[in-house]
Amino acid sequence: MTAHAWTLAFAFLILGPLLGALLAGLDRILTARMQSRRGPPLLQPIYDVLKLFEKDTLVVTSLQTLYLWGFLLFMAISGFILFLGGDLLLSLFALAVSGILLCLAAYATNSPYSNIGSSRELMLMMAYEPMLLIVPLGFFLVTGSFRVSDIIAGEPWQVLELGGILIGFLFILTIKLRKSPFDLSSSHHGHQELVKGLTTDFSGSDLALVEIGHWYENVILLGWLYLFFAPLGVAWALPISLILFFGEVLVDNTHARLKWAPTLRLSWWVTGLFGVTNLVLLSLFA
Amino acid sequence: MSFITKSPWILHYAATSCNGCDIELLACLTPHYDVERFGIVNTGNPKHADIFLVTGSVNEESRKVVENLYAQMPDPKAVVAIGACALSGGIFRDAYNVYGGIDKVIPVDVYVPGCAARPEAIIDGVVQALAILDERAKERKRQRKMVAA
Amino acid sequence: MPLIALLILFPLCAGLAVLSTRDIEQRENLVRWLAYGLGGATLLLALLHFRTEPEFFTLGQGLTGALDNLFMLGGIAVSLYLLYACRQIKGREWYIPVLLLVQMGLMLFVELAPEHPVVARPFYLDSFSVLMALIVGVIGGLICIHAVRYMHDYHAHGHGAQEAKTTCPERRRRSFFFMLFVFLAAMFGIVFSNHLLWLFFFWEVTTLCSFWLIAYSGTDEAVRNGFRALGINLIGGVSFAGALVWLTHGPGLHTWELDQLVAAGSALALIPAVLIAVAGLTKSAQMPFSSWLLGAMVAPTPVSALLHSSTLVKAGVFLLVKLAPVFHNTYAGLLLSLIGGLTFLVTSLIAINQRSAKLVLAYSTIANLGLIVMCVGIGTAATLWAAILLIVFHAVAKALLFLAAGTTAHLIGGRDIEDMEGLVYRRPALAAAMLIGILGMFLAPFGMLLSKYATLQAFLTVEVLPLGGVLLAVIIVFGSAPTLFFWSKWMGKLVAVPRRPQPSELPLPRDEAIALFSLAALTTLACALFPLIDWLFIHPYTGSLIGAGLIPALDGHLPWETIATMSFMLAALFLLPILFWLRPPQFQASSGYLSGANVDGSASYRGAMGAEREVASRSYFLTDFIREGMLTRVGLLGSGCLLILMMLTGAIR
Repeated sequence: MTAHAWTLAFAFLILGPLLGALLAGLDRILTARMQSRRGPPLLQPIYDVLKLFEKDTLVVTSLQTLYLWGFLLFMAISGFILFLGGDLLLSLFALAVSGILLCLAAYATNSPYSNIGSSRELMLMMAYEPMLLIVPLGFFLVTGSFRVSDIIAGEPWQVLELGGILIGFLFILTIKLRKSPFDLSSSHHGHQELVKGLTTDFSGSDLALVEIGHWYENVILLGWLYLFFAPLGVAWALPISLILFFGEVLVDNTHARLKWAPTLRLSWWVTGLFGVTNLVLLSLFA
Repeated sequence: MSFITKSPWILHYAATSCNGCDIELLACLTPHYDVERFGIVNTGNPKHADIFLVTGSVNEESRKVVENLYAQMPDPKAVVAIGACALSGGIFRDAYNVYGGIDKVIPVDVYVPGCAARPEAIIDGVVQALAILDERAKERKRQRKMVAA
Repeated sequence: MPLIALLILFPLCAGLAVLSTRDIEQRENLVRWLAYGLGGATLLLALLHFRTEPEFFTLGQGLTGALDNLFMLGGIAVSLYLLYACRQIKGREWYIPVLLLVQMGLMLFVELAPEHPVVARPFYLDSFSVLMALIVGVIGGLICIHAVRYMHDYHAHGHGAQEAKTTCPERRRRSFFFMLFVFLAAMFGIVFSNHLLWLFFFWEVTTLCSFWLIAYSGTDEAVRNGFRALGINLIGGVSFAGALVWLTHGPGLHTWELDQLVAAGSALALIPAVLIAVAGLTKSAQMPFSSWLLGAMVAPTPVSALLHSSTLVKAGVFLLVKLAPVFHNTYAGLLLSLIGGLTFLVTSLIAINQRSAKLVLAYSTIANLGLIVMCVGIGTAATLWAAILLIVFHAVAKALLFLAAGTTAHLIGGRDIEDMEGLVYRRPALAAAMLIGILGMFLAPFGMLLSKYATLQAFLTVEVLPLGGVLLAVIIVFGSAPTLFFWSKWMGKLVAVPRRPQPSELPLPRDEAIALFSLAALTTLACALFPLIDWLFIHPYTGSLIGAGLIPALDGHLPWETIATMSFMLAALFLLPILFWLRPPQFQASSGYLSGANVDGSASYRGAMGAEREVASRSYFLTDFIREGMLTRVGLLGSGCLLILMMLTGAIR
């Protein structure tokens, strides 16, 4: 573990939310432009969160805040491991824990909208977990290691070998970023059948924690995407992964929300068709 | 200046309105007016909202909802009454079943007249509410400091 | 050696002592002290023999001969008792006495063989069997303590009251603890026997005990399920006996010693090993033999905990772990892994459908055992390491969950997960125990992660058929997702704030509290100190196998940073609530969002016609999406085919 890696990891802890907020701000501007609107300023997500800290916090049960702390902490741990060049599987497991804690926070309020939101979120987790787990497996078959630092040091053409897994990952990236057609756990916009789903009963600083957690998540997911192209060098890898990342905005704006059953079925089919096939081919020809 | 003026999230409720004002209000979100420029988001959830936009003349059924929604909004918050009915009951003022005005039920900060109120007027009302919110946010901060000390 | 003898004889004598005590209170106290004594004895054994090299014990000529005869007669007696019990069978269960007779015939054919292998070292002890003994002694003891109070209530009121009065006479109630202790004695026997015939005798005794304990309440359903358990376990028994016949009369390998069987390697020992593996699969309830464990859930909860989560089913995987070096790098081993994998996948999915807490636990038990079988079939040092860790974590966490579910059912009067809504607020201590159990079962810094971590890596580097390894990895990938779903769903119910106050007056009985909190502490300790467990018990075991050249040397072991990070996450998960408790944020309370229709800030809303209604929302069971019946059929068919294939490849090789 080099000094460089430690710098990067601590930089993630401090600057990660900032970068994530910028990604979210860019996302909102892009969305607005696609709808021929002007859209909010780039720093709007930051304003939102700072405002939420100014607001009072109403809770249904005080324990919900505890679970949210856990959510944020494990999200940060997941990213820390990733940017330290550590174990990809471990980073993934921390991400899963953080997701579960978010669901628990919503379950704790026991109000119907939060309940439906967290149940659907769990269903989404069930939909994307297989594919998300296949990504490190693919990297392992190509580079012989689960360690991020080894994956980065891999061969430039590894992304070609992992083509199917990349497609599968892009598919579930839509779910992870809570974009349409898979925004069924917490709708982007209010006034829909589930209000704000998962986050309905969080307010003030609680909601701010959720937002910050999502900023971290943005950066972590971008990091995962970057890993596919990392051996090409920053000059190539970063623009490609950013373009793919914001490609999700286009998907978001051109699709209507799916129900949970087709979502599950679809994502498992995609995982099987692209992810598993890719793994099998790798094991046959490696 | 507090950040609440840069990111006012609104909650919209039609308290027995004819939906005329509601259509105008929702028009503010469309590309033509695009209030998201100012960070305004229509949340549809009192727990996330800063400004409560109410239309309509309020009857007994909607009164309870208005009160509940208002109670579930965390401080600092502001209320904007939109349209003639919300101000005074409008043409329904003398009807036996309406309260005639939002301020009969909850405290109102800004009154936006019109039947129906125009989108420009609504946006202007929200902007006026921002000044009030800013004041309240500062006050709230002072109170918190006092409690902490 | 004296300690081993003590461990086998002590529970036996304890059982007899309990049987002869007539006074209920006296009996209960006796059980308590005996359970403590048993736990203490196993702890002593562990203290004396951690990091031990395998040790073998020889007995005097006369003693061996006497024991040989004793166990032979004992085996016949067990079979005769079971035959006698078969007078209750119904038409379709005719196969049970047939199996019994076949098994008895095979065993007599083996035992009365004119020329049979001589067993020089009938007992042994290595660090893995010490670890198993520790599980059996400590967890088994705690379960007995829990059972004291539980059975008291069970007979006094609740589930078994009406039937139990009529069908459980006092004699049967006395025999209950006798059977528990006999079962523990037999478990120690399985763990320490190197003599395969003696091991088989103990194996038979556990079958008998599980049959008796499942049928305990004497209701028609219980008896039917008891017979099903008996029948399926007898299939395993016949298969085991077949292996013994092969080892006595077959060509090639002639031995009655477990260590020589393992040392013979896959070229010589594969056929008997496959046959014994079938016995292991039946005992650990793998598909297609899983149905008996589900039926066994009619038994009182401590029985479920003892037999079907922490000990009995572990006897099956214990034997499989022992045989793993034989399976390493064979097609039969890969197929064994696939049977485990299919079981894991299918039962994890079906568990989502279940409403009853005990059934969820049953399915997840089968799934976890499937995971262990997957590891065993590959048989590298890393997977064995994972398998043994899984056995440890599963034993403590699942025993805790079963007991907690049983206690909860008594205190709040509902066995469904839905009934447990708001348990964190209603019974904080109980909920904490249950949450620790659930976390121990699956959440990241705890048990399952470690094992999954090791297995995924091992599967991807499988040599015998790389495609098979990928297939196994994919099974884990698809199987863990439903696991995550049903556990989180359950936790969600526990942490939900109750919609109205539901006071529960009943106090937590002392015996049950002791068992629950000890197990909760053990689960936490096992997670926090797993490197210690590894160093004390697992590493010496895999090390000795590597030393003997039975499995390849360790490569790509868990790096220390990974362990450090896991420990950090675990610490964080514990420190966070403490921090929260020390400095709780002061936030204003408010009711949940109900579209503004709340009634006075409660969880009720004003519905149509102004009527007040309480909000109701339930979990998702996905019964239309995941069809239990169809999945079971697919699982049975698939695993049946795999089983036949496994036996064929074993035979061809």
